[in-house]
Formats: sequence, structure tokens, C-alpha cells
Amino acid sequence: MSILVDENTRVVVQGITGGEGTFHTERMLEYGTKIVAGMTPGKGGKTHLGVPVYNTVADAVAKEGANAAAIFVPPLFAADAIMEAADSGVGLVVCITEGLPTFDMIKVKQLLKDKDCHLIGPNTPGIISPGKCKIGIMPGHIHTPGSIGIISRSGTLTYEAVQQVSLQGYGQSTAIGIGGDPIVGLKFIELLQMFKDDKDTEAVVLIGEIGGTAEEEAAGYIQKKFPKPVVSFIAGQTAPPGRRMGHAGAIIAGGKGTAIEKMEALEAAGVFVAKSPAEMGAKVKEALS
Amino acid sequence: MKIHEYQAKSILSQFEVRIPRGEVAETPEKAYEIAKEIGPKVVVKAQIHAGGRGKGGGVKLAHSPEEARERAREIIGMNLVTHQTGPEGKHVKRVLVEEALAIARELYIGIVIDRAKEAPVVMASSEGGMEIEKVAAETPSLIFKEYINPATGFMPFQARKIAFQLGLEGETFKQAVKFIMALYKAFESTDASLAEINPLLVTEQGDVLALDAKMNFDDNALVRHPDIKAMRDLDEEEPLEVEASKFGLNYIKLDGNVGCMVNGAGLAMATMDIIMYSGGMPANFLDVGGGVSEEAVKNAFKILISDKDVKAALINIFGGIVRCDLVANGIVNAAKELELKIPMVIRLEGTNVEQGKKILEESGLAFQSASSMKEAAEKVVPLARQ
Repeated sequence: MSILVDENTRVVVQGITGGEGTFHTERMLEYGTKIVAGMTPGKGGKTHLGVPVYNTVADAVAKEGANAAAIFVPPLFAADAIMEAADSGVGLVVCITEGLPTFDMIKVKQLLKDKDCHLIGPNTPGIISPGKCKIGIMPGHIHTPGSIGIISRSGTLTYEAVQQVSLQGYGQSTAIGIGGDPIVGLKFIELLQMFKDDKDTEAVVLIGEIGGTAEEEAAGYIQKKFPKPVVSFIAGQTAPPGRRMGHAGAIIAGGKGTAIEKMEALEAAGVFVAKSPAEMGAKVKEALS
Repeated sequence: MKIHEYQAKSILSQFEVRIPRGEVAETPEKAYEIAKEIGPKVVVKAQIHAGGRGKGGGVKLAHSPEEARERAREIIGMNLVTHQTGPEGKHVKRVLVEEALAIARELYIGIVIDRAKEAPVVMASSEGGMEIEKVAAETPSLIFKEYINPATGFMPFQARKIAFQLGLEGETFKQAVKFIMALYKAFESTDASLAEINPLLVTEQGDVLALDAKMNFDDNALVRHPDIKAMRDLDEEEPLEVEASKFGLNYIKLDGNVGCMVNGAGLAMATMDIIMYSGGMPANFLDVGGGVSEEAVKNAFKILISDKDVKAALINIFGGIVRCDLVANGIVNAAKELELKIPMVIRLEGTNVEQGKKILEESGLAFQSASSMKEAAEKVVPLARQ
């Protein structure tokens, strides 16, 4: 099994005719993802990469049975795209776009409260259930099917974790990048809840970074309610305070959000914390032995 | 993005947030003119991005226009050191000359985005003039908070609640409510990430004004606000960081001597961390981002090695969107063009890794390669010591 995406996931790509949309739709099709529709306003009726294009997400849902959306539109249009997808009845929206204004995300989250729709991202590499479905920009070939769930605020650091886990002989059930922004869709706790109910996930790797308190909140949940082993690494132990480290969300502000606070909270919750990023794979082995 | 106090005040006054009368001066003569207009008693305030200006000698009272000119002469051109500037301090280019007011009370009001609650929050405290983090840590009961529902926006009852909690009455209460509402309007309309009035002044006459003002903005939203974007003061930033931002690169200078160039912010931070665990210290954070061109890699490389503190460099690329062969070409071309002197350890992984390694090997340049982050860090740290 896996969480959120599998062989039954039918994807509509918003912004399919753009450069990024085209490039990554090709990669997703190669991986075997069921891309059933594309959506670009004004280009409805055309076919792109062999995929039918619609003017609205609602059309893609009605005509092709799309149940998930991938978003590759420019940042100032992304909030509107997320809202359109959620309003059209898809159960999952993956927003790859980076650079959404924070106020836009506040409005998106408000709208999502009334919808039966999960959001991943923005500013995320996406989600993959190896061998079944990939919605995103991660290199598919480094993943192998297996029993480790991965949740991360990062992109390439997630690939590093996947590779280390694979080198230890473990595959992944589902790997999710939650996004590097201050306000994102699904967060650690909601995804841990899903992994808890997934029979095929034996352990979870949680990759955090400086900024905010999402890791501390996750630690509180793990301690009380999460029975499976958790391995964690927090990036930014050497990051200076007050500076935004690339990701909009990665900033130590007002003395809060340091790596050390997060590592201590996770350790206190019984999490196997890798101090060095080179130890992530080895910690998974330790946690499962 | 950060701006100066005088710029924040000009934005706030557009939203009818009340500020003291004043103007910015780049010369002592101009300070004299302003003081003659609004004085005689004025405050001369150094305009730099760092806080703690008063303690560092950057804020002075003047009782006459002549004295204002003297104070401005002392402050303009000085190297102001505060707890936020670091020991090297900041060069002061201009001062804000403002009317001096009779202070009855100093309050605090600030607006930020609460990440956990996913909403803006207005915070107020009767303990103005102090650092709010300190008040929050020592006496949290003295801080009042109102969260904003994005569907309704900030409501008048919330502003009234805060004004009552601050113990305000009569005309002062009315002014404070209007002030807080206007401040929120300014925060929301400009996509700010911080609007902080510390202190919020109540004068002996009972008027409410922003004595100091600090605003930061959401970088992602600046494209919607070209007027604010134009307020960026490049002199307040590290020159190499400014250079990097022209190429769309994320670069932050740090204190160590091991340079690093990485794709992805999380992996870049993790690379800095592993350099520390291998006994070294990173010289910088440098994220070349996703889907970068050979040209961008070359520019990143130039910035990396133009930092004279860098004694060796670690290049860590995990290809996802970034293709390793493109990165390898960028490195080789830049190294040849810049006649590379510093030793480098390169770790490539992911898409087209074999092609990338081949390009590096056939370049004839003396790169060391590594097959894992750990190996790369362990190789580069001793090189930086030599």
C-alpha cells in the first residue's frame, strides 16, 4: 500500500502547455503516472503530449475522471489554480510552483477548510509512491517500492534520504515533500496519521529544517499517538539567525525555530535523530533492528 | 525585504497611520533646514536597517536648528555599531529629523504572520520600548494578541479590545483604535511580513503616534508592489549577496573557510552541517536552485571563489531537475575561465551522473571527486586547513 497516490490516481496537469509543465509531464508519463488530462485556459480541445487539454479543471474531472491535480503555473496564478482544483472536486492537489505570496496561501488554506481536498505544497518536489504514481519533479529512478514513508520540507535533501534508505536495502511506501514555504498544505502530523494507518509502512523518515514549530508539533504527536519508529534529520544546524536560507520558511526568527530545539523535542519523543545528514540511512536500519 | 524607518513611515502615512512630522536628510545643512521648519526641538535619527540605534549613539536630541546640524554632522558618515550590526558596524548615509514630542506612555504594537495558526496576528503590549521577545519570555501576560480571520479581515471590535487592554481612555482610546486599524490595513495592502511600532507613543496631550516604525515585506509578493521594491537599499546588504541575487542565486556569507555550492536549500543547509561534523566551518550558503543553466552555475562559481575567506570548496549536486552533465560543463568552463586556484571536491549524484563525471575527468583540471556527502566533507575540510 501507500498513502495519497497509487495506481488508481488520475492526474490533471494545470499549466501542461508551459515549459515546466511540458517537461515534467513527459517525465511523469515515462514513470507510468496516469496523466488523464491537461488544463490551460483557452487551449481546450487540443491535445498535448498525447493528453487531451481542457479549459477548466471541472471539465477534466467530468470528462476524464481526474481525481488529482498537479500545478505548474506561475506563482501569482498558483493560488487561483489551487482553488479551482479544490473547487472542482479533486481529492488531491500538488502545487509544484515556488514563490507564492504568503497572503495568497492564507486565503487558500481558508478555502480548503470547506473542501474535501488535500493540498501538498507549494514549493514542493511533489509526491511519489514508487512503482505506482509520481506527481512532481523528483527523479523517479532513485526510488524503489518498499516500507519506509518519507516526509520532508526539502527537495534535493529528500532525494539524498531516499538514496541512503535504498542503499540500506529499504524501499519507500510513499515519499512526500511538504514544501519549503511558511504556510503549506498537508503538514507532518496529518501525513503521520496517514502513515499510521498504512499497513505497508513500517517506519517514517521525517526531514525538517530551521524555522517555525512544525517539527516540535510533530514530536508532540509522535510521543502520544504514533506507534511506528521515526527517524529524523533537521537541516540548518549551522544556519545563522535572522537570515532566510533559500526556502521562504527556513528562517530563525526572534530566537525561535533553531535546529537544536527541534532535535531535542524529537529526541524526547523517542525519535531516532540523525545529527549528521550522512546518518539518515543508518538510523533507519537502527530503528528497524 | 527590509526597508529604513523613514521609508516605513512614508508608507504608513499613506494609510493614515499617524507619524511625527519629519523628513530625511543626507547633509547637515538639510537637517538644519528641516529643524527650522518643524523644530526648534527635534530628534536626529540614523537610518540603518539594524535596531539598537539609540544605544549605539545613532539617535540624538537637538534643541535648536543649529544643534540639529551639529548632531547630523556627527551621525552622517559615522560607523554605527549596534547589537544587530556585528562588530564591523554600518555606515550611516542619512538621518531622519523629526519633531521631539512630550512622552506620556510608550506602548508596543506589532503585526506578523503566525505560521502555526496560518493567520496574521496583531500583538500589543503596555511595555513599549523594550524588545518584544524579552517581554514575551519574561512576562507573557503583558502581551495581548488578536488573530485575524482571513475571511473577515481585522475587525473594529478587535482593535477596541486591544486599546482597552492597553488601558487607554477617551480621545486617546479613539485615536489608538484608528491607529491600529490603519496599521493593519497598511500591513495587508503591502503584503508585509512584519509591521512593528515600538514604541507606540502616547503624548502628554493624549495623541497616539508611531515613534519608531519597522516594516519587512514578503519577497514573493514584491512583484505586486514595484514602489516598495524600489525602496531596497543595496548598501545595507553584503555585496556578494547582492551580486548573487542579480543572477537569481541564493547566497549568504558565513564565517568559515569551506565554500559550498549545492542545488536545493535543504541540501545546502545539510551540506553546511556535514562540513561542521567533519571538523570544518562553512564559508557560505549557496543554492543554485532547480533547472539552472550552465551560465548560472558559472556565476554561482564566480561568487563562491571571489570570497577571499574560502580556502577550499565542496560542490554537492543531487540531480533532480538539474542535470549533472550541465553542472559539470559549468564547473569546467568557469574553472578554466577563472584560472581556478582553490582546491575543490565535487560530489555529483542523480540524472546523467556518469556523463557529468566523465566531463570532469576529461577536463584535465585537478578536481577531487567523492561519491557521498560524507566522503566529500571529509576530503574538503583538510584541504581548507592547508
